[in-house]
Amino acid sequence: MADARIQVPPQVRRGESFEVKVSIRHAMETGYRVDDVGKPIPRNVIRELVCKYNGAEALRVDMSSGFAANPFLQFYLVARDSGELVFEWVDDTGTRGSERAAVNVAG
Amino acid sequence: MTPSPRSLVLPDPASGALPATGALQWRGAPDPTRRRLLLAGAGAAASGPFVTVLAQTNELPEIPALAEYLAGRRPQFARLLMDVPRVADNGNSVPIKLAVLGATAPGAVKSIHLFSERNPVPQMAVFRFAPDSRRFDIESRVRMAGTQRLVALATLADDTLLVKVAEVLVAIAACLDGT
Repeated sequence: MADARIQVPPQVRRGESFEVKVSIRHAMETGYRVDDVGKPIPRNVIRELVCKYNGAEALRVDMSSGFAANPFLQFYLVARDSGELVFEWVDDTGTRGSERAAVNVAG
Repeated sequence: MTPSPRSLVLPDPASGALPATGALQWRGAPDPTRRRLLLAGAGAAASGPFVTVLAQTNELPEIPALAEYLAGRRPQFARLLMDVPRVADNGNSVPIKLAVLGATAPGAVKSIHLFSERNPVPQMAVFRFAPDSRRFDIESRVRMAGTQRLVALATLADDTLLVKVAEVLVAIAACLDGT
């Protein structure tokens, strides 16, 4: 299973806003929970999520433990040219993740 | 987009003025009789024709992180929509929708901050938009450590601040450690 699922319309019209949905597989551990033997589970949340559209930054989100596990996000971008959306994120352990999706612009 | 009645903004308490947003105007001419009756019903608290009874308030909760970001600036209670459930069964995942109404110019909104009154991490999120964005509309799911107010704060391109406060009753808090 991929680290994230990205949903964009199959085709978007140039100049119009289109909906982007992303869901990242991440526990978003708050650091307040304990495991079965009472040992605290260290905090590990995604700190930053960046969405790039054809290389240009389209949305940047500073995240915290205030996001639900497997964070979900829906937002809008303006269709310019066909290309790809790249999502990149980094969590407290420094682990980086990324996922991409194609954008097909008509007109 | 038609805002739900719950998301209509209140008039500014200082001036009683409503934001100049086409999306928020009532359609058609108001019936004067009905308007008078509504005003009479609203009583002395009515400062304008658009007063509705809401669970949301015109008062900012005291959140140090919010005060730090504001740095003495006064945000307007206008044009920012925050759609959250009144009652959330489970604080581990509360759906939230944030939108700046009437902002359609590219780059009209720089960012939207989301603050929590009771979470251990008071600054829950910052959404930063690209300069060519035209629709400032975010949906996500947040964690809430108990019943509290959430504060959404939008920073516009000209550094105008728009704010919205909403209270959510959380049946099961996300953090069960007493925070």
